[in-house]
Amino acid sequence: MKKSVVFGALTVAGLAAGAAAAGTLDDVKARGKLNCGVTTGLVGFAAPDANGEWMGFDVGVCRAVAAAVLGDPKAVEFVPTTGKTRFTALASGEIDMLARNTTWTFSRDVDLKFTFVGVNYYDGQGFMVPKELGVSSAKELDGATVCIQTGTTTELNLADFFRSNNISYEPVPIETNAEAQQQYLAGACDVYTTDASGLAATRATFEDPSAHVLLPEIISKEPLGPLVRHGDDNWGDVVRWSLNALITAEELGVTSANIGEMAAGTNNPEINRLLGTEGNLGEMLGLSADWGKNAIMAGGNYGELFEGNIGESTPIGLARGLNAQWTDGGLIYSPPFR
Amino acid sequence: MSDQNNNSIAFVATETIPESPPPARETGVVKWMRENLFSSIPNSILTIVSLLLIYSVLKNTLPWIVNGLWTTSSLAECREILDGTTGACFSVLTERWNQLIYGFKYPVEEYWRPNVAFVLMLIAIAPVLFFDLPRKLLIFTALYPFVAFWLIWGGTILGPLVALIGFVVAGAFFQKFGRNNFALGFFGAVIIALIVWSVGGAMIPEGASDNALLPAVPSRDLGGFMLNMMLGLTCVSLSVPLGIALALGRQSDMPLIKGICVVFIEFVRGVPLITLLFVASVMLSYFFPPEATVDLFLRVVIMITLFSAAYIAEVVRGGLAALPKGQYEAADSLGLDYPQAMRLIILPQALKISIPGIVNVAVGLFKDTTLVSVISMFDLVGMIRGPILASTEWNGVYWELFGFAAALFFVVCYGISQYSQWLERKLHKGH
Repeated sequence: MKKSVVFGALTVAGLAAGAAAAGTLDDVKARGKLNCGVTTGLVGFAAPDANGEWMGFDVGVCRAVAAAVLGDPKAVEFVPTTGKTRFTALASGEIDMLARNTTWTFSRDVDLKFTFVGVNYYDGQGFMVPKELGVSSAKELDGATVCIQTGTTTELNLADFFRSNNISYEPVPIETNAEAQQQYLAGACDVYTTDASGLAATRATFEDPSAHVLLPEIISKEPLGPLVRHGDDNWGDVVRWSLNALITAEELGVTSANIGEMAAGTNNPEINRLLGTEGNLGEMLGLSADWGKNAIMAGGNYGELFEGNIGESTPIGLARGLNAQWTDGGLIYSPPFR
Repeated sequence: MSDQNNNSIAFVATETIPESPPPARETGVVKWMRENLFSSIPNSILTIVSLLLIYSVLKNTLPWIVNGLWTTSSLAECREILDGTTGACFSVLTERWNQLIYGFKYPVEEYWRPNVAFVLMLIAIAPVLFFDLPRKLLIFTALYPFVAFWLIWGGTILGPLVALIGFVVAGAFFQKFGRNNFALGFFGAVIIALIVWSVGGAMIPEGASDNALLPAVPSRDLGGFMLNMMLGLTCVSLSVPLGIALALGRQSDMPLIKGICVVFIEFVRGVPLITLLFVASVMLSYFFPPEATVDLFLRVVIMITLFSAAYIAEVVRGGLAALPKGQYEAADSLGLDYPQAMRLIILPQALKISIPGIVNVAVGLFKDTTLVSVISMFDLVGMIRGPILASTEWNGVYWELFGFAAALFFVVCYGISQYSQWLERKLHKGH
């Protein structure tokens, strides 16, 4: 009896999965809510506040997409995922998109069959050491004990870096970031290494952040971005261009403050196309004409999201660095809205 | 001799000497300390070392607790106020209290519902735990799961009502036919219950939950210690009967039933709980279509129940094995059939022997419910590890939060263990 139920469910699942893959955009519109996968909690990137409202840099991307598609930045069902459950949640259709500090790698893109629609944060692996150690470069770390999260790419990057520089180290394997903070502060290791944004966020929580320095070397490339399933290019386009709309808005100086007057029409045709007062870009995506305006109004443009959640005015205090607009010497670059 | 004595004694007391207090070293605190703490040199050394140890622990923790701050709004503010002196930052507990207890998504204006459900739970389990209470209270206990479901999840009352009717009809059928023919009664009851549920479920109108008296709360919004309590209580109460059935099945003479039970128990005992949870959360979502998945809470309840049922089955089997063979033979010689013999003679004795083991499994299971945090459910530990430690205000507060979680779990688990000891004393008839 139980078995036949399972097999029946499997058959239905196969059929429904085929049907669902046909149009995520239509599904989202019909549901009236965007299912967006986020982390269960990462300082500055995604975490619920005291009122249970999700806040953060990745959350901003979810809200922008929801605003572009549904016109309402609150129409998001945030599905918290762990590092272990995130890909199955996306592949099984439980979530429509994943915005969860996920590094764009070849195998994730090709083998796991996901489409990375862009990069919203360029990260890289860095080192943090106590200032009293007197080290100014990672190359001086010969013989150091290093706290490192096991089973991550950071572990492999670290081994590569030390081997190519012909210096030795002693790894202290740890499981979570919280554990790493304790170990590092307790002096169990000289160096803590993980993504630079994570290091900055960790350092910000120390009693005396100024007693610790981040070394200048960044030893890996960790482009983080939102991703969707293979097989629905139309939906991929919606997410990709919602993100690009935020980036372009910053480049063109469209902010949540001045968007009202800009939406009335400007002399810059690209702004007009972005905000839907000219051309039919929204129609091409299958969205309303003011989709770009809605996406930007959800939480501001890319720069505003960055400053509000992880920028230098926040306790995390990340500098723009690589994540500055290309016009300011960074890598953040959107194809033109034309 | 006596003469001599009479003459040589100069003074004989005419009244008894008043009772004097015992010597100082043989009474009160001094005696207790001499007997218990300083009875020999090694013991004295141990006592002194222990005292030093306790002192050194308290020296650091007491100021930390006493200086604790309860009203700040962030860890940074705590540190500013403490300004280098030791002190805990308990403000995280006061500010995030609701999140720790109810999770971060349960609607604030509906908090009274889990609260009522909790109070009712105390009433409902009382007659199960204390046999002296009037047996009529058990009626409320039987109704409680449906009431609690309706209170916590809300939505239409028709759902729990249909479930209840199914059970009532099945129970009535069993009462009527099960007396004479256990198999007919049992399987007939199961089939009838399934019919009632499917027919009743189909009769509930679409969207009945939309304007229900209690707004519906999806399972995903449950969290905090409430989730631990719900998982623990549901799984314990489901897995005890299932475990007993498995233990009896394992002792059965019927090869098929025995085989199924042995394979099931050994398989589940051979697999870590966390892999079962991953199967529940990750693998099953591949099998079911995205819009028709079985509720995650239900999936987790099923997995934890199966897991602990296998352990309880082994505990009960130990109890069954410990009964002298004469008890089984006595039951047979009275002409009792298998269900009667089990119900009236074997199980009452076997379960009494199994109580410590079952309680042990129950306590372990309750603590294991924190494992659901790895499959992104926000139970108490999940709330701490995820949202609270990831907020910019509270990142870096560890001792206060995990100490609080430990204290909550300790209170419940110690309570369970005290109850089981009381129960053992009460059931001990003394041979």
